[in-house]
Amino acid sequence: MNTIIMSFKMAFSAVWASKVRSFLTMLGIIIGVGAVIILVSLVSSTTKQMKTELESMGTNLISVSITRIWGSTRSVSVEDIEEMVEENSEYISSFTPLVTSSVTMKYGDEDVTSTAYGVSPEYPEIKNRSVEEGRFITEADIENRNKVCLVGQYQVNELFNGQSPVGQEVRLGTATSTDVYTVIGVLDQKSSNVSEGGDDDIIILPYTTAQRFFRNAMITSFAVSATSSDYTSQATAAIESFLYKIFQDDDLYNVQDQAEMVSSIDDALGSMTYLAAGIAGISLVVAGIGIMNIMLVTVTERTKEIGIRKSIGAREGTILTQFLIESAVISGLGGIIGIVLGVGGAAGVCTMMDMPVLTITEQLGTILGSFLFSVAMGIGFGMYPARRAAQMNPVDALRYE
Amino acid sequence: MIKIEDVYKIYTIGDIEVRALNGVSLHVKPKEFVSIIGPSGSGKSTLMNMIGCLDTPTSGSIAIDGIPVEDMTSNELAKLRNKKIGFIFQTYNLLAKLDALENVELPLVYQGIPAKQRREMAIEALRNVGMEERMHHKPKELSGGQQQRVAIARALSSNPPLILADEPTGALDSKSGVQVMKMLHDIHDAGNTVVIITHNTDIARQAERVVRIADGVITSDTKNTEGVVCE
Repeated sequence: MNTIIMSFKMAFSAVWASKVRSFLTMLGIIIGVGAVIILVSLVSSTTKQMKTELESMGTNLISVSITRIWGSTRSVSVEDIEEMVEENSEYISSFTPLVTSSVTMKYGDEDVTSTAYGVSPEYPEIKNRSVEEGRFITEADIENRNKVCLVGQYQVNELFNGQSPVGQEVRLGTATSTDVYTVIGVLDQKSSNVSEGGDDDIIILPYTTAQRFFRNAMITSFAVSATSSDYTSQATAAIESFLYKIFQDDDLYNVQDQAEMVSSIDDALGSMTYLAAGIAGISLVVAGIGIMNIMLVTVTERTKEIGIRKSIGAREGTILTQFLIESAVISGLGGIIGIVLGVGGAAGVCTMMDMPVLTITEQLGTILGSFLFSVAMGIGFGMYPARRAAQMNPVDALRYE
Repeated sequence: MIKIEDVYKIYTIGDIEVRALNGVSLHVKPKEFVSIIGPSGSGKSTLMNMIGCLDTPTSGSIAIDGIPVEDMTSNELAKLRNKKIGFIFQTYNLLAKLDALENVELPLVYQGIPAKQRREMAIEALRNVGMEERMHHKPKELSGGQQQRVAIARALSSNPPLILADEPTGALDSKSGVQVMKMLHDIHDAGNTVVIITHNTDIARQAERVVRIADGVITSDTKNTEGVVCE
C-alpha cells in the first residue's frame, strides 16, 4: 500500500517533470479517445434523432407496401383492406391509403416542389398530426374526388409569405398533368426547424382525387394504426396473413411496424457505432505502442535508480508496479484529456449540425469505457518495459551510468 | 555475522573465463569493523556484491546473520538486503527526484512501515547525522559530504545489523572524508557490524581488521594492532 501511494506520487512527478515528452506520449491516446467519443456520440445522436422522429409519427403505426409487378393481376383494393380492418377491429383501429407523387405547387409567381400524399380522413389520427387551421379531408371529398388540398408550414412560408392560405386557389402539377386545387387547411408544425423535405414540407389530397391526378389506379402503400402499441405485432400478423391470401408470395409485400423500424435502425446504427469505434480504436493501439516505446526509454534512463531501489530492498513486484503505475498514469491522463476534448467536440459538432446534444449520462458508458480502455492500454503496453525494469540485475543496474 | 565459505564467482565473457572470486572464505563476527582492501580488478567489488546480497555466487556458500543466501530468489534477497544491510556507496546513490527525508524513508517504505512512524524514524536518522535542518533539500542542493551523510542516514534508518560501505570517502574532500569515517566509527561503537571496501590504505587502517584481496583470493587477513582511529 505504501509503495503504491508512493508510486502514484512518483508517477505524477515524473509526468510533470518531463511535460513535453509526457504530452507527446499522451497525444496518441488523446486523439484516439477523442475520435472514439466524437464518432460514437455522432452516431448515437443520429440514432436518437431518427428515433424521436419515428416516435413522433406514432408508435401504433404500421406501414404496408406492395411491390408492383408488371402483368400481375393480383392487387389489393381499398375495399379489401377496409374489410380486413373491420374483421380485426380488436387490433386494428384505422387505415389510410398513401398515394404519393412529387408535385409542384404554384401560387402567384412562386412555386415549390414537394411530396404530395393522397389519403383518407383517418390520416391525422394514424400519423399523429392535426389540422392547425381550416379542416381536413372528409368522406365527401373522397366520394366526390374534390380538388382540395392541405399544405404544411413550409408551403405557408414559401408560397404564402406566412399568410393564411385557406380558401386560396393553387395550381398543382405533376409530370403529366396540372390542375387547380383549393387549399382547405394547414397541417400543424411538426419540427422546430421548418425545412425543405422535412415533416412540414407536405401536400395532402383526398386519395381518390390523387389516384386520378397521378394516374395511379393501384394503391401500393397504406398506413395502418393498431388499437394500441401493445397490439402492433398482432395487427402486423393479421395484415400479413391477409396479404398472403391475396398474393401467395411474401416477397410481394412488406409490413413493418414502428417498433420494428426503430429496432432495425438501432441495429444498423449500432453496428456502425462499433465500426467507427473500432477504426478509432486502431489509433489507440498505435498510441499504446508509443507508450511502450517511451516507457522502454524511461526504464533505460532510470537503470541506476532501479539499481539503487533494488539495493535498498525494492522487490521485483515493487519495481514492476511502479513502472506500470507510471504508464497507466500517462495513458489515463491522456484518456481524461481525450474524453474532455471528445465530449466537448461532439457537443460542438452536434450543435453545428443541428443534432441533439447527448447528455453526460447518455455518454457515461462511452466515457467510462474509453477511460478504462486507455488505462488498460497503459498497463498492457507498459507490461513489457516494467518487467524489464523489474528483472534487472541489481549489480549491473547500480553500475549503469 | 557474515560467513563466506569457498566462494567462486566465474563470469564467461565470450570464450574467456574470468574468475572474479577464486575460492574465498571469510568470516566476520558480529560488531566487527572490517575493511577489505585491494586494487581495482582484485575482486573486492564482487566480494562486496556477495556480502551485500546483490549477487549470488557461482559456487560456495554465503550466510548473512545465519541465513544462507546462495539459493535465494531475487525477491528473498531484496527482503534480506532491506532488513539486514545498510549500503553506503562511493557516489552516494541518492534518488535525485526525492528530497533527503524521502530518500531516508525509502527503505522503510519497502518494509511497509506506516507513514507517520516512518517519518519519525527517518527524521531521527537524519538528526543523528546532523542533516535534520536540510531534510527537505534535494540531493543536488547538498554538498558531497552532506549527500553522503544523508546516504548514511538512509543506511541506518531501518537499523540493520550490517553496514556495508563501498569507498565511502572516495568522492569526498579530506575534511568530509574524516567526518564520514568518524560516523562509521560511531556506528560501529553503537554495536553494528561495519564492512568497508576500499583501495585506500589510510582508510583501511582505521578498521579493527584488514582483509587484503588480490586476483580473486584473500592474500592476508590481519588484526589491526595500530588501533588508528581518525584524528
